[in-house]
Amino acid sequence: MAYFARLVRLAIGAGALLLLVSAASPSIAQQINPTASAVKEQQLLQELNRIQGRVSIPDQRSGVLEQPAGREWREFRNVTLRWIGGVAILGMLAVLIIFYLSRGMVRLESGRSGRTIVRFTSFERFVHWLTATCFIILAVSGLNITFGRPLLLPLIGHEAFSEWSQWAKYAHNYLSFPFTIGVVLIFLMWIAGNIPNKVDVDWVKRGGGIVGHDHPPAYRFNAGQKAIYWIVVIGGGLVAATGYALMFPFYLSGIEGMQLAQIVHSIVAMLFVAAMLAHIYIGTIGMEGAFEAMGGGTVDVNWAKEHHRLWLEEENARTGANEARAQPSVTAAR
Amino acid sequence: MARMKFLCDADRCIECNACVTACKNEHEVPWGINRRRVVTLDDGKPGERSISMACMHCTDAPCAAVCPVNCFYTTADGVVLHSKDLCIGCGYCFYACPFGAPQYPKVGNFGSRGKMDKCTFCAGGPEADGSREEYEKYGANRLAEGKLPLCAEMCSTKSLLAGDGEIIAQIYKERVMKRGYGSGAWGWKTAYRETIES
Repeated sequence: MAYFARLVRLAIGAGALLLLVSAASPSIAQQINPTASAVKEQQLLQELNRIQGRVSIPDQRSGVLEQPAGREWREFRNVTLRWIGGVAILGMLAVLIIFYLSRGMVRLESGRSGRTIVRFTSFERFVHWLTATCFIILAVSGLNITFGRPLLLPLIGHEAFSEWSQWAKYAHNYLSFPFTIGVVLIFLMWIAGNIPNKVDVDWVKRGGGIVGHDHPPAYRFNAGQKAIYWIVVIGGGLVAATGYALMFPFYLSGIEGMQLAQIVHSIVAMLFVAAMLAHIYIGTIGMEGAFEAMGGGTVDVNWAKEHHRLWLEEENARTGANEARAQPSVTAAR
Repeated sequence: MARMKFLCDADRCIECNACVTACKNEHEVPWGINRRRVVTLDDGKPGERSISMACMHCTDAPCAAVCPVNCFYTTADGVVLHSKDLCIGCGYCFYACPFGAPQYPKVGNFGSRGKMDKCTFCAGGPEADGSREEYEKYGANRLAEGKLPLCAEMCSTKSLLAGDGEIIAQIYKERVMKRGYGSGAWGWKTAYRETIES
């Protein structure tokens, strides 16, 4: 019996040894070709389009070995964006020039009454011009980054162009702060008058005061102005958020995030510039009596009657007592 | 003329980081910047590989293509260099680079990143070869002295090769043939749109 048990043990032992040898053989094969299980560059790039590992230096961000995604970003930055910007901005300028030549300045149909009404308070005008000034500098310095190299650099040379671009970059970075404050104030200050309502539908159907030839009623802000308001609030918010993501690298994302932020930032900015060209046009040479609203803060009562009838009625109802007193001074002015 | 390239034989790299240290010392690279680094993939697993990476001096370099002030130039040896006098520190090259080579001395300080710094293939910058200004801005110009980049010259396992692309490709091919394996020339396809058949 003891002999039989020894035989069984021997058999188990031999089996175990066999198993061990067979299990060990793949590792022998590995020693022959150590790259069999090694990571492959093309395979890693296909999986993630990015190769990341571990580094022993303190800068952990340098653990990204390779990220060929920059190639698509390069294509966007050098080709796609220039087309988007060129078409949007030159297209808008062309439309405005053609419109001005065919329509001319939209005149006050009933002429000036000589009486004025306050349209924007000094604080509102301050916020508007703060944002507007910053916007123009931001737009010019931003367009310089996209179009400066092919357009301006050959004209003024490397040294002068770098010097100008350096200052433009500082201006772009630092003026982003007052610009953002301006956008936030615009959002808070005019939100009440800019909620879309039924009057806007009718206004748009009748082509507003600039495209159409009649004067659809509007409250303080008509549908066109509301559109500008939301372009400023949403567009401004987007450019500010993406701009800060680029200004503070690695706080929010890695390189891919920054490439995406630059794409959003630049596209929104190009469309923003195009929209603002239209805004500037209507506010200056496009419409008689419009600039005064943001310039001196008051508009002619007839202008208000034609373009913002419902707002004028509201104002008159609110300051009905003053209306009677305003009358004699007007006659005196005549 | 030679077309200078880097090639890291990942099957030889032992992640000693001597190339990183040598580079920092040779060029007195600013604090916080590493022109070269060693990245380990699949750390601690079978098939782990380490690759020493710096600027690859790409053919049709993306950094040069996207630079808004056109401050990059390629030397007759195929080395991609830039002028710190023209650089405005905008960060565009750093978005475009596939190898994370461009770095800035003041990252995140209200956009005043400072002038971009990257590997020069030990070839200095636009200033006169071996001048004090060149050394202060870009580090040593070993190429002008007839020497190859220090990182590769002092690599203990001769994993990192630097020099004429055709010659280092030949050395690598012979190695692969002799030992029977090789994980390829890392980054070559991205940088030069070609790889070494092995």
